[in-house]
Amino acid sequence: MSNKQRWAAVAFFLLVVLVVVPAAIAASGRVDLYYTLTAVALLSIASAGVWLTFYIGRINIGQGAYALVGGYVSALLITKGDISFWWTLPLAGMFCALLSVLIGLPILRLRGVYFAMVTLVLTEVSRLTALALPFTNGAKGITSIKLPAELNIFGLTIIPDFSTLANPKLGFYWMAAIMMVLTYAVLWRIVNSRLGHLCRSLQQNEELASSIGVNIAWLRVLAYAISSFFGGIAGASFVAISQSLYPSSFQITDSVNFMLNCFLGGLGFVFGPMLGTLLLYFGWDLLFATGRFQLLIYSSLMIALMLWLPNGVLSLMDRKGARS
Amino acid sequence: MSVILEVKGATKRYGGLVAVNNVSFSVNEGEILSVIGPNGAGKSTLFKLIASFVQTSAGEVLLRGERISDLAPHTVARKGVVRTFQETTIFKSMTVRENIIVAHHLRSRASLLGFFLGTGLAKADEALFAESADGIIDFLGLQSIRDELASNLPQGHLRALGMAIGLATQPTVLLLDEPFAGMNHDETMHMVALVRRLRDERRVTVLLVEHDMPAVMKISDRIVVLNFGEKIAEGTPGEIQNNPKVIEAYLGAEDAAIGM
Repeated sequence: MSNKQRWAAVAFFLLVVLVVVPAAIAASGRVDLYYTLTAVALLSIASAGVWLTFYIGRINIGQGAYALVGGYVSALLITKGDISFWWTLPLAGMFCALLSVLIGLPILRLRGVYFAMVTLVLTEVSRLTALALPFTNGAKGITSIKLPAELNIFGLTIIPDFSTLANPKLGFYWMAAIMMVLTYAVLWRIVNSRLGHLCRSLQQNEELASSIGVNIAWLRVLAYAISSFFGGIAGASFVAISQSLYPSSFQITDSVNFMLNCFLGGLGFVFGPMLGTLLLYFGWDLLFATGRFQLLIYSSLMIALMLWLPNGVLSLMDRKGARS
Repeated sequence: MSVILEVKGATKRYGGLVAVNNVSFSVNEGEILSVIGPNGAGKSTLFKLIASFVQTSAGEVLLRGERISDLAPHTVARKGVVRTFQETTIFKSMTVRENIIVAHHLRSRASLLGFFLGTGLAKADEALFAESADGIIDFLGLQSIRDELASNLPQGHLRALGMAIGLATQPTVLLLDEPFAGMNHDETMHMVALVRRLRDERRVTVLLVEHDMPAVMKISDRIVVLNFGEKIAEGTPGEIQNNPKVIEAYLGAEDAAIGM
């Protein structure tokens, strides 16, 4: 794809996400879709993080932990510190990144299923910690969190107060969509710069990578920190939308779903987790009509997909390209 | 010729087993030095000690008088001691050219953030790496497989690619782990010529571990012989061939094998 075509594709995508979709929702009157799509956008941000850890050759089933931590950082700063949501958003991300450095330093030495098991436990540990800490309000959680207030820089209103908006749902949708676009722009740039090439070298052969002078320990932690940053901001955004947070807001199921999103979309494609999240989220909802067979059909479909499309749905594009 | 690498009393113990026991020798700049010995003599462990992939139990390795033992492997690589691998270790899902370009990491002047932002320095680096990678491809005669996925390559090309990866780091000392293993006579002679050119044209000091005796005798300036983790001889190929201790080590090992 030439540069021109690429920019055209980006412009088209932005137009669809930011203009066409909201217009279509407004026209159809299905206001509930705002929330659904906002959730998809935010979940795909967390999944983007998981995808990045896959890119350094680690199976990460612990993104729920960072989403929860990010959520609590934001919720506590808003309710107890009276800080605007817009400032808590990057702070939540950075807190998660720092935390992931501390956690990552020891556990990133593990590979394969061992790393996966530890990250799986992380999600549960974060839930139990949220239950036990004196300032997180236990199982009752944190509720009636203020909507995002006005963000102004030098007296200029960048983002209006969400509580004054006629349609805060649309506001949240735009916020999530823009965050998603930024996240994937960053991810795309990482993958296509030297950082991404080094991540790939790590994924394929850590020993060789270190013999060509790559500081593998540092690079692993860096990738994991970026990944957790995405998890943190996704969690914090969910708090702003639901205006409440409980220790059970992000659980092992969520962590597993973040991972499945990556598998489903395709581990070899930057935009794989985005598509995967969309398909998984809507797929699950569509199967709701099947009642008690929902989980059975859903699981069977997932198994079938992994058997026939082990490289994700996006690998279909490759096949088509190879044939023509 | 000046000494570039010095191994002083290097020792590696795994529990009760002494894999490398008090081995000392030095390598001159621009030399091709081979480490030989029967199976299990500790050659590979010695290599890992030099490249600092394992920590020494005692002793040390000096590069131009500076201690490089027990540093992280990537730090040792940065100082110029680079190891290629016995198992054909390469980045399998990259093309030959991508493999070589990524191996230029050590030479990047721009930071990772610089590469992320696409600064001028980063772009200059990328252009330099691509050019240097093409130079290495030409040097090793890999033009025909430039854009081939590494996982599709036959054995001989893989070995050459491993060497190309090593070269891309601009090493001062290159450690080659069994570069002739599994090669027929012609391939071996080709590789021997290549290693010589590495030294002659690229000024790389070469240290190699090898089983193929005719090739070792042909290529080496000097040879160090290990047996049961200890150095039993050191000298030119001619001296080593006539050294009674070496003959005994090799024949003795075979006798034991037959006796089993």
